[in-house]
Amino acid sequence: MSQSDPGPAGPAALPHERQAAGVHGGDQDEHDDHDDEGGASHATLRGYLTGFFLSVALTALPFWLVMGKVIGNPGMLAGALLALGAVQIVVHMVYFLHMDSRSEGGWNMLALLFTVVLLVITLSGSIWVMFHLNQNMMPMSPQQMRNMP
Amino acid sequence: MSEAAALAQPGSTPRAAAAAAPAAHDFLVRDHHPGNGTLLGFWLYLMSDCLIFACLFACYGVLGRSVDGGPTAAELFELPVVALNTALLLLSSITYGFAVIQMQRRRRGGTLAWLALTALLGAGFVAVELNEFAHLIGEGAGPQRSAFLSSFFTLVGTHGLHVSFGIVWLLTLMAQVARHGLSAANRRRLMCLSMFWHFLDVVWIGVFTFVYLMGVLP
Repeated sequence: MSQSDPGPAGPAALPHERQAAGVHGGDQDEHDDHDDEGGASHATLRGYLTGFFLSVALTALPFWLVMGKVIGNPGMLAGALLALGAVQIVVHMVYFLHMDSRSEGGWNMLALLFTVVLLVITLSGSIWVMFHLNQNMMPMSPQQMRNMP
Repeated sequence: MSEAAALAQPGSTPRAAAAAAPAAHDFLVRDHHPGNGTLLGFWLYLMSDCLIFACLFACYGVLGRSVDGGPTAAELFELPVVALNTALLLLSSITYGFAVIQMQRRRRGGTLAWLALTALLGAGFVAVELNEFAHLIGEGAGPQRSAFLSSFFTLVGTHGLHVSFGIVWLLTLMAQVARHGLSAANRRRLMCLSMFWHFLDVVWIGVFTFVYLMGVLP
């Protein structure tokens, strides 16, 4: 019965759904479970809280590293910040966005991996190319440039 | 046969269309998973949005040290303000999570309460950010000052714009839930907004790490 409910339809589906919710309660519940397993709703309180506390720690740590001037070497500090940021992004993906290899039959993960590849190419490519362009085209050091009028 | 299928398509349910044209049944995957198409499609939108931010991050990565003799990141950024903003956004992420949990338990009041708190925290984030922008522009460090500031305002401003529209969407959905209850359609919309909201928090991780914290390094 609830199968006739067109999932991604627009507002036109509303009265129909309300009816389904009211009259066919059992059907609706079955439908819910169905609806929810898609990629969204293995959300649990424990999962959210775990993600939250991990994020708080992973946010506080880099702020403390920078504001408390804990690591003297800027290169090492930058590396630590990037690593902590990457870990926190993974934590958010897993605990808040519920990303795993099963959601949406694996298509979510596939799209994410594809995007990550594009992202790495865009970021590292741009910075690499433009860094060399700067080196080769500009006869000035950044220090000299800062003192330009 | 195909003509009959074409006639049966508009306005009829997927199942009826499938019955009329068995050959087309293979394509109607959402017949079995009504919600999946939307969430996957929305995820693809988020991934494309991610590429927009990747370009803006790359832009900032290239131009971030081109200060043109003007103020540098280390002179401008106030990390306590950034920490406050980060805390607001992170808190709004967990309150949205609580709203989703209330939604799963079919508690309309609880869902609305947590959504309202999320909207408040989001509004606080936007307010702090606008205040920071006003402060920077007041100091003469507006987007037209240097390439560094142009790319900074574009990147952080785009993120702030996303959050602002997320709040508009959130208020719209609160009105929908208050009026129509937690129907299947509204739950699907709430899950889409959940992904959007958490995604913005993920982008913010990149912003505070790459722009603010690494910006103030010598």
